Amino acid sequence: METIILFAPLVGALIAGFGWRLISEAGAQWVATSLVGLAALLSWIVFLGHDGQMEQIQILRWIESGSLSTDWAIRLDRLTAIMLVVITSVSFLVHLYSFGYMAHDENFRPGESYRPRFFAYLSFFTFAMLALVTADNLVQMFFGWEGVGVASYLLIGFYFRKPSANAAAMKAFIVNRVGDFGFLLGIFGLFFLADSIQLSDIFAAAPAMARMELEFLGMEFQALEIISLLLFVGAMGKSAQLLLHTWLPDAMEGPTPVSALIHAATMVTAGVFLVSRMSPILEFAPDAKSIIVFVGATTAFFAATVGLVQNDIKRVIAYSTCSQLGYMFVAAGSGVYSVAMFHLFTHAFFKALLFLGAGSVIHAMHHEQDMRNYGGLRKKIPYTYWAMMIGTLAITGVGVPLTAIGFAGFLSKDAIIESAYAGATPYAFWLLVIAAAMTSFYSWRLIFMTFHGKPRGDRHAHDHAHESPGVMLVPLGVLSLGAIFAGMLWYAPFFGDHARVSQYFGIPTAHAAVEGDDGHGEGVVAAAEELAEGDLEHAAEAVAEDDAGHAAGVDDHATLATIAAPGQGAIYMAPENHVLDEAHHAPVWVKISPFIAMLIGLSLAYIMYIRRPELPARLAANQRPLYNFLLNKWYFDELYDYVFVRPAQAIGRFFWTRGDGNVIDGGINGVAMGIVPFFTRLAGRAQNGYVFTYAFAMVLGLALILTWMTLAGGAE
Amino acid sequence: MGNLLSLTTFIPLLGAGILALFLRGDDHAAQRNAKWVALATTVFTFAVSLFILAGFDPAAPGFQFVEDRQWLLGMRYKIGVDGISLLFVMLTTFLMPLVIAACWDVTHRVKEYMIAFLVLETLMIGVFVALDLVLFYLFFEAGLIPMFLIIGIWGGKDRIYASFKFFLYTFLGSMLMLVAMVVMFAQAGTTDIPTLMAYNFSSETFPILGVQIVGGVQTLMWFAFFASFAVKMPMWPVHTWLPDAHVQAPTAGSVVLAAILLKMGGYGFLRFSLPMFPVASDIWAPLVLWLSAIAIVYTSLVALVQKDIKKLIAYSSVAHMGFVTAGIFALNQQGLDGAVFQMISHGFISGALFLGVGVIYDRMHTREIEAYGGLVNRMPAYAAVFLLFTMANVGLPGTSGFVGEFLTLMGMFQANTWVAFVATTGVIFSAGYALWLYRRVVMGDLIKESLKSITDMTAREKWIFAPLVVMTLLLGVYPSLVTDITGPSVARLVDQVEVAVAAHGTDSAIASAVAATPAQH
Repeated sequence: METIILFAPLVGALIAGFGWRLISEAGAQWVATSLVGLAALLSWIVFLGHDGQMEQIQILRWIESGSLSTDWAIRLDRLTAIMLVVITSVSFLVHLYSFGYMAHDENFRPGESYRPRFFAYLSFFTFAMLALVTADNLVQMFFGWEGVGVASYLLIGFYFRKPSANAAAMKAFIVNRVGDFGFLLGIFGLFFLADSIQLSDIFAAAPAMARMELEFLGMEFQALEIISLLLFVGAMGKSAQLLLHTWLPDAMEGPTPVSALIHAATMVTAGVFLVSRMSPILEFAPDAKSIIVFVGATTAFFAATVGLVQNDIKRVIAYSTCSQLGYMFVAAGSGVYSVAMFHLFTHAFFKALLFLGAGSVIHAMHHEQDMRNYGGLRKKIPYTYWAMMIGTLAITGVGVPLTAIGFAGFLSKDAIIESAYAGATPYAFWLLVIAAAMTSFYSWRLIFMTFHGKPRGDRHAHDHAHESPGVMLVPLGVLSLGAIFAGMLWYAPFFGDHARVSQYFGIPTAHAAVEGDDGHGEGVVAAAEELAEGDLEHAAEAVAEDDAGHAAGVDDHATLATIAAPGQGAIYMAPENHVLDEAHHAPVWVKISPFIAMLIGLSLAYIMYIRRPELPARLAANQRPLYNFLLNKWYFDELYDYVFVRPAQAIGRFFWTRGDGNVIDGGINGVAMGIVPFFTRLAGRAQNGYVFTYAFAMVLGLALILTWMTLAGGAE
Repeated sequence: MGNLLSLTTFIPLLGAGILALFLRGDDHAAQRNAKWVALATTVFTFAVSLFILAGFDPAAPGFQFVEDRQWLLGMRYKIGVDGISLLFVMLTTFLMPLVIAACWDVTHRVKEYMIAFLVLETLMIGVFVALDLVLFYLFFEAGLIPMFLIIGIWGGKDRIYASFKFFLYTFLGSMLMLVAMVVMFAQAGTTDIPTLMAYNFSSETFPILGVQIVGGVQTLMWFAFFASFAVKMPMWPVHTWLPDAHVQAPTAGSVVLAAILLKMGGYGFLRFSLPMFPVASDIWAPLVLWLSAIAIVYTSLVALVQKDIKKLIAYSSVAHMGFVTAGIFALNQQGLDGAVFQMISHGFISGALFLGVGVIYDRMHTREIEAYGGLVNRMPAYAAVFLLFTMANVGLPGTSGFVGEFLTLMGMFQANTWVAFVATTGVIFSAGYALWLYRRVVMGDLIKESLKSITDMTAREKWIFAPLVVMTLLLGVYPSLVTDITGPSVARLVDQVEVAVAAHGTDSAIASAVAATPAQH
């Protein structure tokens, strides 16, 4: 079944891409969509029926060299199962939505078939993404990693006549390659240490590797710290974290369904997935985790500030995505991988919803994307309005404080902020809270500017604004359900008590007192430590002894302790990692802080865009430098152009003309100065062909002699 | 069929002979005949070589299909293949029919053109199968001549300069190799390559003019061979002949040059430098690693600013050969496997890229990037094929380009993390120059008036690309096709080097203990 899930989209892509002439454009669209639909259906079956136990399915041998051995294989555990439903569901809905959205497109000339190509790319992307999350070794993951990169490249550059789209596609690929650079070095390092790139082998070797030193670039590092950092560089590229984020806003050049699928719900979360997947490594790399938290929190803050002032509806959502990814990394860096996955899961629903809603608005407004030309669309496109409203309620985190009742984002984001309080630095915690206020502000700003107030801009466009067809509204409806209920339904397994989370992720646990001051938990702690060192037998003994000796000693403080070794279960939390429990015991003010931040953002947006619409312009005028700084995205693009792009070209030109031209050729020609006149004379003669005729005869003669010698050489 | 290997080697020559002796005239019909004879010959050669592939046992040690005969002046005609050379033979026989098909539209001196390629094929296969020093040298050097002619007669505007540059660079490189071969014969008393591979050349340090030569005789001979192979690869900084040669060479010539001739350098390292001079290889490996790392970055940056499509791809070839040399001198299984794989894969990919340039050159008669733009509008099939090979060139997983790059880098990381770090930046640069080229040539709107009537690939052109597409994807998804064959041979080579280096280590340890003097370096 897992194999069908993985390959159905690929088959769909191939049929749609190469066979559409045979089965017509519509046929191609239906084939691709229904195959992804099949994958989605099976994914839900797998997800709901999954018991937390890891399964492996081998498909084909892949790269083999000496002790390096990789297969095409599927690793199915809880992390994979979660990603499967996210990817295939959103992908299916996006396929469906594209029937309407891509029906007409003025970027193409009449009679040009672009739809089969679009669907083929979407399905191919889905396949690559599935290959990424089902990988049981790092190279296959890298295959998926690059595969989604190519799909993203193709889809961003889908409007191939637009120079801006081509530039954005290239930029996305190259910036991602910078991340891949780190990812690759991380893989090499892991192979160097563990002599394998199978995930199971690496995880099993993690405790041993934690004690190793790795000499990298002439310096000694704690092996797993440097490995984790290198892998994180890869994650930064794919997930558009600060310094490698510049491609994501530009990627909005692609058609909007693409932005929903790739640049919101799935591909950009691959980095978070990678970090969660590598939790058994990360748990031994506290410094790397701190850096992840730092980068994640800073990104969450940075992207939110930029989102405050953008006018392109898609760019606002793009920066919002960037910011939310930062949240996820903070959770992962704090050591609560389940919470990172929780937010990834809910975010997929509400962010895809927001993007598809934005697409519906753009569709209604004849491809106008500037929010300054929107306004008052509530009445014209009511379904889209309510869908966007639900998305906004979800992303801003509306719910009943101190309970588990609320929109999806309320539960998952609050879980992250509590975890950040418990497990990360105050820096991260406060940045996230401030970012939550800004999230609320820019999200409501988007709603108010688009749907409320008076119509602005082109009258004609407003008069003809129309609600999207049913095929586009159905996906909005389904995603709205997800945005409302996903958080509440899956709160317990992702962020419930330790036992529930452990069970959900297939982590073995033992019942014993850990926090009790009578020391009854020692057996378990010892067991965990021994397990961590790969000593299964002793671990079991330690638990048994403890249980036998102090069976009655379990008191009120008793919690379940993780005694899993790295690699058992889909995620790994070290025995000393109590962030999940501590997050639950965070003070009340911490728990309600995101809610208050949300209210502040909402009120500000309400004042500035409903009550006093002249205020934003005045503020921008008063604070011109700050406004420009934010509007130009902190000038990262300009900086990179100066620091990387131009110098690379200048150096290239220098090497070419000076290095190759003057030094090497000049030097060698200089040495050969005596030969040059001879050269020219020969060349002169060569012009009339004699030299070549001679040379020719020589070759032929030589060849004939050789043959004769061979044949007549006598047998021996 | 005891002489299958000889057959494979000399069938092309036979075809050339038939053309030279029996084909008269230069009219249209004669030209057609010449092309058909050449095509039939190369296809037949490929068919015969398939029998070798089928009969080859990767697990068996040593050389197979060995033929050993008396030859003139007491020299021997000895040929055979092992897991490393077999694949190069297959690469050659596989590509040559495509090369012939790619020059179907040539009208200038067609008969001679075909003869040149057929002779070249024999000489190239000969290099890979020769098991005797003299024989190897003959094939190796003679191969220059047809290539020299192909560039010099059928090349572009500055073909004379380019062909002489090509000839002199590579020829001068091999002079030193010849000297080393004479020394080897003098020391070991044989020119038999398998014997020499097992021969233990002295690696004792000795002084020349007061300079201590670490690695002794081995080092001297290693450098002599290095001079020849480094030019052939080509390695930085002796790579400048290649872009010129490529730019001037006709399409088919470029394909052979990039896909096969460049591999002779890498093959030479594997066949001579490593097994015969293991200690010197070990001592000088850091030098090669660094030259390779520099090559990757340097030529990638240069490729970034090229204005000529062919030159850009030529520089990218040099960068890819950097991965090969670094992989070889990582001196471990992954590095060597990767290097062989990279060479095979680069044969398909660079061949296809040069063919791709040929397709549009045939239509527009220019290689200036500026002259193109928006080809996808009128040439969708071409755009798809060119994209695939651009991605393969960038090393996308799922294409053969990835496997070689990945394995060589993995090998480098184990040898030297700094080198791996620098070389891995090639992953970023290659994406830069390749995608930028693709964008400027293929993407965008079709604005230029001259391109308005350009036509998509013909059926013939599509058929030429089809096998290359298949191989690139097949090897990317199932690389065991190659590594199963090379693996055992490479493993033995790695062992051999390690044993020799270890023995040298103990020898010098004992020597220094006895002499009670500190090590020289």
